[in-house]
Amino acid sequence: MFKRLPEADEATIEFHFDGQAYRAVAGDSLAAALLANGIGQFGRNAADNSPRGPHCMIGNCFDCLVLLADGRTAQACLTPVAAGMRVRPYDPATAGSPE
Amino acid sequence: MNATVDVELAVIGGGPAGLAAATLAAEGGASVLLLDEQASPGGQIYRNIEAVCDRRPAIAAALGDDYRGGLELVRAFRRSGAGYRPRASVWEIAGDGALAVVGDGGAEVLRARRLLVATGAAERPVPVPGWTLPGVMTVGAAQTLLKASGLAAGEAVIAGCGPLVLLFALQSIAVGAPPRAVLLSEGFGDYLRALPHLPRAVGSLDLLAKGWGWLRQLKSSGVEVVTGVSAVAARGGSAVDGVGFITGGGRRDIDAGLLLLHQGLVPNGHLLRAAGCAQEWDPAQACWRTRRNSWGATSRNDIAVAGDCAGIGGALAAAEAGRLSALDALYRLGHIGRAARNGRALPMAAALRRHLRPRPLLEALYRPPAEVLRPTAPDTVVCRCEGVRLAALTELRGLGVPGPNQAKAFSRCGMGPCQGRLCEATVGRLLSDEPPLAGRTPQTYTIRPPARPVTVGQVAALDGLAEPAGEVSGMLDR
Repeated sequence: MFKRLPEADEATIEFHFDGQAYRAVAGDSLAAALLANGIGQFGRNAADNSPRGPHCMIGNCFDCLVLLADGRTAQACLTPVAAGMRVRPYDPATAGSPE
Repeated sequence: MNATVDVELAVIGGGPAGLAAATLAAEGGASVLLLDEQASPGGQIYRNIEAVCDRRPAIAAALGDDYRGGLELVRAFRRSGAGYRPRASVWEIAGDGALAVVGDGGAEVLRARRLLVATGAAERPVPVPGWTLPGVMTVGAAQTLLKASGLAAGEAVIAGCGPLVLLFALQSIAVGAPPRAVLLSEGFGDYLRALPHLPRAVGSLDLLAKGWGWLRQLKSSGVEVVTGVSAVAARGGSAVDGVGFITGGGRRDIDAGLLLLHQGLVPNGHLLRAAGCAQEWDPAQACWRTRRNSWGATSRNDIAVAGDCAGIGGALAAAEAGRLSALDALYRLGHIGRAARNGRALPMAAALRRHLRPRPLLEALYRPPAEVLRPTAPDTVVCRCEGVRLAALTELRGLGVPGPNQAKAFSRCGMGPCQGRLCEATVGRLLSDEPPLAGRTPQTYTIRPPARPVTVGQVAALDGLAEPAGEVSGMLDR
């Protein structure tokens, strides 16, 4: 899995995923922040409910989808992490609903 | 929110082609705006280059001189006076040239007299069994994480072919996170096929020597390198935990929590196709590309293309192509005369030819294997978004479904959020006639805007967007 190299380890931001607190580096995408914390599954596919995580990291594959606190769907690889951000795994059953 | 910015030249994409073009055009007196999806200039090849070179010297050193060499391009762009809009996605180029853009400030419509599309390339999708499992990523994705966030891909199995496979394996070793194994799909037959292209590439001996050196360096590093690998498959439940494959020695299986796939690059052409720019099939690169002349002019007289989005040529070629397109834009905008354009173009065109010289050799050597272009395992997911497997498409083919757009209606393949980016080439080949790889042109999905996700609320708040460029009457009639 992925590990943060010492030179880049400036984790100062706290954010939440699925109710748990994690640390990230300012400038990380949500995808990088989650992978750096050992989280590989970001949600489930809308069509067949299979587990999914980031694949392409350039905004093309839409497998890194997560849900923001207000229920909006976001591509984790294109969304910067921010202090205090609350994120949930993408779940087709709850997409669109606020926390 | 609906601010309209009028510029002479809008450049879409902040990689080497877009940066070089915007710099030259701004220095030549044009008003220029560069729009890019990322937070900082550089594109995927020079991703996050300013911060890495500034604050992460060990990572910059591991990424190598070719990466650090992009810094001058970014610095020149910053000095050029060109406008810059980071974190902005263009979701449509309308028939009248208006750009629909969504970014941090919501959606807006921008107008430019000329457009240069430089949206670069994406990795060719590699549909193998199990490739939707978390932990199966592309090599480029892992390299992006290294550039953007200083994340190392520990203990990965890297599988595929192409220069990026070798380069990333060496970069991972250099940052202290060597891969568990490197599985190369190329074998003896590929070297034989590449041989006739060697004479033309002799002028690029430095590049060939570099590639050869990478392979030698990797083989002497202690990392297991297996050549002639086929039938790669990921196994696992909620995430990948192993990789199976076939080699000369028979069937093998390696435990792995991370599988990185790569089979070369293909142009990012959806935005151009939706804008009505004519595309053509490139048999050598096994992909679609936008038809253009030597100035990058497309079939639409207000849109030019440059760089890998118009056919894979690499970063150095992309920058030269960007400069050529910018010169032509300056000419068409009335900033320079025809003689000045043609004169200044000569050294750029020569450099572009030099950078493109080794491509036929690389294309022959690193041609994706038939099983990647046209998978055979029935349980392989072809359309990731809708979970459509090969068996379902084979059945549709048997029923006489003639092409991808019809298959879409029957199976939902290509109907998910990626809009067919990851399945259209595979579906096109699966439904085309036998023999599938004999240079026959596969069919594609019809692509319509939006090319990037945008909410109904954002669209509703817009005004000033004209009719789309493509055929949409069927949709409006409903």
